[in-house]
Amino acid sequence: MIEGLDSTEAVSPVARLQGAATGDRIFRTLLTIAALAIPTLLGFLVYELWRGSQPAIAKFGVDFLATSTWDPVADKFGALPLIFGTLLSSLIALVIAVPLSVGVAIFLTEFAPGPVRRPVAFIVELLAAIPSVVYGLWGIFFLIPVLRVTLFPFLQNTLGFLPLFQGTIYGNSMLAAGIILAIMIMPYIMSVTREVLASVPGSQREAALALGATRWEAAWTAVVPYARSGIVGAIILGLGRALGETMAVTMLIGNRHEIATSLFAPGYTMAAAIANEFTEASTDMHFAALAYVALVLFGVTVVVNALARLLIWKVSKGRASGGAAL
Amino acid sequence: MSRSTLLLGLALAAACGGGDPPAGQPAATPTPPAGSALTGAGATFPNPIYSKWFDTYNKKTGVQINYQSIGSGGGIKQFTEGTVDFGATDGPMKDDQLAAVQGQVLHIPTVMGAVVLTYNLPAAGATQLRLDGPTIADIFLGKITKWNDRRLAASNAGVTLPNQDIIVVHRSDGSGTSYIFTDYLSKVSPEWKTKVGNANSVNWPAGLGGKGNEGVTQQVKQSPGSIGYVELIYAISNQLPYAQVKNSAGTFIVPSLASVTAAAAGTTFEPNTDFRVSITDASGADAYPISSFTWLLVRPDMPDEAKARALKSFLEWMVTDEAQQMAAELHYAPLPAPVVTLVKERITTLKSGGRPIA
Repeated sequence: MIEGLDSTEAVSPVARLQGAATGDRIFRTLLTIAALAIPTLLGFLVYELWRGSQPAIAKFGVDFLATSTWDPVADKFGALPLIFGTLLSSLIALVIAVPLSVGVAIFLTEFAPGPVRRPVAFIVELLAAIPSVVYGLWGIFFLIPVLRVTLFPFLQNTLGFLPLFQGTIYGNSMLAAGIILAIMIMPYIMSVTREVLASVPGSQREAALALGATRWEAAWTAVVPYARSGIVGAIILGLGRALGETMAVTMLIGNRHEIATSLFAPGYTMAAAIANEFTEASTDMHFAALAYVALVLFGVTVVVNALARLLIWKVSKGRASGGAAL
Repeated sequence: MSRSTLLLGLALAAACGGGDPPAGQPAATPTPPAGSALTGAGATFPNPIYSKWFDTYNKKTGVQINYQSIGSGGGIKQFTEGTVDFGATDGPMKDDQLAAVQGQVLHIPTVMGAVVLTYNLPAAGATQLRLDGPTIADIFLGKITKWNDRRLAASNAGVTLPNQDIIVVHRSDGSGTSYIFTDYLSKVSPEWKTKVGNANSVNWPAGLGGKGNEGVTQQVKQSPGSIGYVELIYAISNQLPYAQVKNSAGTFIVPSLASVTAAAAGTTFEPNTDFRVSITDASGADAYPISSFTWLLVRPDMPDEAKARALKSFLEWMVTDEAQQMAAELHYAPLPAPVVTLVKERITTLKSGGRPIA
């Protein structure tokens, strides 16, 4: 405010300070309101879900989390297959996406020649901008027909002794949903991991190389451990997205309220069930059960995030940094 | 509106969730003095014809009708809460739902639709499969699991039925289509009635779920050996193969607009009917058995006279030949003449503030 100083020369310094204090107060109030708005919104959301699910909570209690019947005609509801499906599809997604995206990130920061880095990173990050319904359509028209005749029969022929890969191949399945989720969360994990690795001080690499490490050894023993809490954070970000993803999953998962051992069998997730059923939930209990599912989904997300924080905290204790990037 | 906040909460919880956020309060609540506006909400199945009707009617008379196709369940809810002037539903309201409404409810049939069985069976070639009710029920119960089952072979002489697993595909989203289909299965199979029952979404004993007609269709198209059910209109406009179904007179009927209209024509209505009539498994030699009305929900006595008059005149226009012909162009089966007469009579009983509408 240099100009302000020039033009208000006549005003006493005290008055000027008071004016600034008023401005500060207004600014602080505005920021406080903005900061409080988010927890308030969250509070309302949870309260409404809790209130809407009251009939279901009263009728089913915690058994809701442990039973598998989903019968809107008889008003009997249990969310276990939904919780199972949400966790399993996200797990499959992580198993596929983590090695891929962390690998891409290490390659881009440590090995890729300069001109390659930007374009590849840009293209992977572009994947994050595609709407999930587009992933769903692509999954239906391309991914599923391809998986049905290539990967799925291959898995069944080679690993068919495992219960995971037995049974009829329908196409739409838990595995198909996990694969589409993996593709969807890759850009998040990749781009955060890349930022974290890039922020590792050059001295770490130089020290390892000076000790005679190869570039691979330097990356694996000096850079990655230094950044591990940040990488865990990136994975958690991806997991959060996988847990709540709705549209693409419901288009590929087969939507069946059942816990199957085979990954080729159809399953269901909490988010998909809400999206599918709540517009036509005609009985109050059906509606309440879906609100209850939403509440459980919220709870699962909170628990997973809390565990993730704990993990980052444990990992970053003692040495390492990079967690600060999150 | 607490309910609409809750809906918003659900939508948020479903993250990048499915479909439009359900609209709570309709925008136009206060009635404009001239050219009164009506608001309605409900079934998605008749949305194309309703949009066309409301648009044409607006051009003819200046009366604006805003319709939100949010699903039958949502339509019944909003109608019950009184946030819309009329509702629309594919399945009639149940008695306990009617009890929740302040005052009375009239069901006005508008057009008819049907559900067809579509399948992917290259071995059958161009021949239409022929299915009877109990067989369809047992397929969807998971009791008939092979295409060469002798009960399928019995009604399909001359068709090569392979020794192949049947993949059952049903709707995963709550839907009037499922309502009509399970209503039919409940009538033809006692086991279906007790084990599964009849609703917009049920606990399917077999198969996997596709989202919407298009979800079921892609699943069926891509998996050889699969069978699913979709709306007749959808099957016609996408040129899907569909089966003939045996009706209560014992004839195999090709689903078509004419055979759907025949299902309603064969139904006898009591003089004081509330039109909450199921016409699945209808009698009549030409009746296609998986047919149904779709309804508008209106109050027989609306407090706002301008709105009552607007709604009444729209309903009168809706049952004219002109409007019903528009329905046929969009592949909805028009109401048969006896039903039109009954509906016309019922419309004359509409009141406003206890007085007949001039």
